[in-house]
Amino acid sequence: MLEADLVNRTLAAAMRTGADFAEIFAEDRRSASAILDDGRVEEVVSGRDRGAGIRVVAGDTTGFAHTADLSESGLASAAGAAAAAARRGGGGTRTVAVSALQTPRRLQVRVPPEEVPKDRKVALLTAADAAARSAGGAITQVSARYGDGRRRILVADSDGLFTSDDQVRTLFSVSCVATGDTGMQTGRESAGRTVGFELFDLYDVEEMARRASQRALTKLTARPAPSGEMPVVVGPGGGGVLFHEACGHGLEADLVAKSASVFAGRVGETVAAPMVTLIDDGTMAGEWGHYGIDDEGKPAARNVLISDGVLTDYMWDRLRARKEGRASSGNGRRQSYQHLPMVRMTNTYIDNGDADPGDIVADTSHGVYVAQLGGGQVNTATGDFVFGMTEAYLIENGRITAPIREGNLIGNGPEVLTRIDALGNDFAMGSPGTCGKDGQGVPVGDGTPTLRVTALTVGGTAA
Amino acid sequence: MAEPGLLEIAERVVGWAGAGFDVEAFVAHEQETEIRAYQGEVESLTVASSMGVGVRVVRDGRQGFAYAAALDDETLRETFDEALDNSRFGSVDEFAGVAEPDGVEPASLDLYRSELVDFPTEDKVALALELERATLAADPRVTGVESADYADSVYEGAVATSRGVTASARETGCYLVAYSLASDDDETQTGFGFSVGRHPGELSAETAGADAADRATRLLGAAKAPTRRLTVVLDPYVTARLLGIVGATLSGDAVLKGRSLFADRMHEAVAAPSLTLVDDATDPDAFTASAIDAEGLATRRVPLINDGVLQAFLYDTYTARRAGVASTGSAVRGGFKGTPGVGAHALRLTPGTRSQPEIVADIDDGLLVQGVTGLHSGVNAVSGDFSVGAEGLRIRDGETAEPIREVTIASTIQRLLMDVTEVGSDLEWLPMSAAGVTLAVADVTMSGS
Repeated sequence: MLEADLVNRTLAAAMRTGADFAEIFAEDRRSASAILDDGRVEEVVSGRDRGAGIRVVAGDTTGFAHTADLSESGLASAAGAAAAAARRGGGGTRTVAVSALQTPRRLQVRVPPEEVPKDRKVALLTAADAAARSAGGAITQVSARYGDGRRRILVADSDGLFTSDDQVRTLFSVSCVATGDTGMQTGRESAGRTVGFELFDLYDVEEMARRASQRALTKLTARPAPSGEMPVVVGPGGGGVLFHEACGHGLEADLVAKSASVFAGRVGETVAAPMVTLIDDGTMAGEWGHYGIDDEGKPAARNVLISDGVLTDYMWDRLRARKEGRASSGNGRRQSYQHLPMVRMTNTYIDNGDADPGDIVADTSHGVYVAQLGGGQVNTATGDFVFGMTEAYLIENGRITAPIREGNLIGNGPEVLTRIDALGNDFAMGSPGTCGKDGQGVPVGDGTPTLRVTALTVGGTAA
Repeated sequence: MAEPGLLEIAERVVGWAGAGFDVEAFVAHEQETEIRAYQGEVESLTVASSMGVGVRVVRDGRQGFAYAAALDDETLRETFDEALDNSRFGSVDEFAGVAEPDGVEPASLDLYRSELVDFPTEDKVALALELERATLAADPRVTGVESADYADSVYEGAVATSRGVTASARETGCYLVAYSLASDDDETQTGFGFSVGRHPGELSAETAGADAADRATRLLGAAKAPTRRLTVVLDPYVTARLLGIVGATLSGDAVLKGRSLFADRMHEAVAAPSLTLVDDATDPDAFTASAIDAEGLATRRVPLINDGVLQAFLYDTYTARRAGVASTGSAVRGGFKGTPGVGAHALRLTPGTRSQPEIVADIDDGLLVQGVTGLHSGVNAVSGDFSVGAEGLRIRDGETAEPIREVTIASTIQRLLMDVTEVGSDLEWLPMSAAGVTLAVADVTMSGS
């Protein structure tokens, strides 16, 4: 994307006012998507977005500017703006010498999406539509979305780093509406991986569509969700969202540094039930939150955050790590070249326990079984978090019984972590997610086996 | 008012339309500054300029779209070619098409302030630092400020279609927002406060800081409460977020595609008689005011619910054609990277006559809700299920009492609207596409311990 000479001249310009650190993040992103709704392929979209963000750090101040103009003058202008933004007294010149570009990681993509004809992508949508509607007349609406993106990034900084990555992601989702005497209900299914079009060797879109339609049909008979505290069993894969919210965000070093996390100052302490080992792992090939290097050029890593219930470490980006005199954990990410990096999760998961998932349910006299979750939100300073249930059932006398309507569950992270009393042996990754923080969205994955929380508040309307 | 550069670019792209197909070009340019203060220093200062084009082609009823984040000639041509190629793969839809002039004159709105453009960066920095100081100074229990931000935007946009639509607009906007941390013993609570304006002279760091401090400190000592049914009083900010969901259920797109709760309820009572809802982007006081919609048609005042009776749905060009009605100027899009869709611009409830304290004074058993979470995960605009995390103050015998946290409030969208008992007099415009106002709703389930 950029030659070493140009990178050096731009970094030198960024350092001209006496900064401590300067960085160029260049990005070239191509994306394609197609959307079917109401029986029609409504839109087929292509996009191109290319540019560079320049970050200059002087003391505790970060200056940042970005440009879509990757010419020498465009980069110089952004470097000047970022340097001015971070300016401090003093000054003096400093030359920057990055060496040869580190060889880009070999693409783990078997079928590059840009080489797949558009009509094959569109055919996936129509196949999903037909499969969903084959579930019967109660399925009154179907929409489906195909999307792929290729993101090439280059990171160079005044410490001599000069590296790049090539990230390809492919995503498919289908949503259905079922209509009955009780009104309308929805069902959704999605699949996404950091791979090319070979995603569809792993996922059958017709099967996904049938599952989505079945989910909507099942909910037509759903009763109002209960209200109040009760035991909650979360099915395989789904519980990842729970951990993402209950403690994942609270273990991000930028929030910890500002005392905006209930987990600040608790490294070495027991924060969860002894069976809980929580890992954030950007190296999981193919997973939705996977990458070769983070958006600060640091290779992705496997980081153990909680080990047998004990908090072992937070997640770090460059800025926060530098202040603590330690290395980044490879969690510095940004939505695009138009954004500053910050600490973000990658693929966050709890490893298998040894319980039989059937026994976990059988062992629960009454409560709620959550089969599919729909995102969540946390206040890291108080630890209070919510997550939505998009497919859930009552547990009565150790058996999964009636479906219940959608709603949120609410709990407090530090409390909930200690209330986990069963982990199954059926680990699965959950659905691909987009994690939002401070206005930036990045792809994240998560996973868990079946697990039980002894008490969580279910936010329904029934007594 | 026109920004000739952008409109010329849009018209040039539209000029490439050939026999048998239509073209729409949407061109935008935005300059932004964002400053974050922390512990008396500038933590980060971002200056950003972005621009791009979105091109939509409709050929033989098939639609294709492409975008690019650059405006040079080569990129424009590539983007046009890509949109044209994409149109080969869409389904035939007899109603697909670009907007045509409909004779409605855009409102005369002046949303651009040169004061913002001329405002020195040093003074913006001073505002962010002042916001942090004001938040810390507002109450001794405020022990930290998670973020204190100043942000502004100078936006210019233009849209043209091969059917003769040409429109452009420009506007400025800025805001201050602070997130405070208040502590008592080992407990921490958070609160936000903001101030918005078209130029920095309209901002108040004092107000934003005081609100952030107040929202956090009033929750100190908050605890979970037992489950019960009660009346909730929604703070203006919470009401505005609820209105955003109601607006989505009234979109012509949802109605035509069988996803609206209210599809078959036209001219029926769908809300309490005290509820009158309009969508009006021509109101210059609205933060999201705009004289033109995302397809270049004039925005207009759309009365949606009048005294509780459903009066209208929102339509863009496509949904209006399909429904056999006129567009309500309700096309929206998420920047140049998106195709236009239907959405509310600036929702507003007709305010009542009493203040929030006066409304609270009549409630024996209730919850004043100052914040909600999980609107994206626990609310389904198709089924109507509504369940969100909530925090606020208990209301007992007409007065606010102990703070409450870690509970949910739940009902359905249909019932919430019918169960409204009063709309407050405290209408305020917020940095979102709806105005805030206090709203009292009876018979909501608070789920807790």
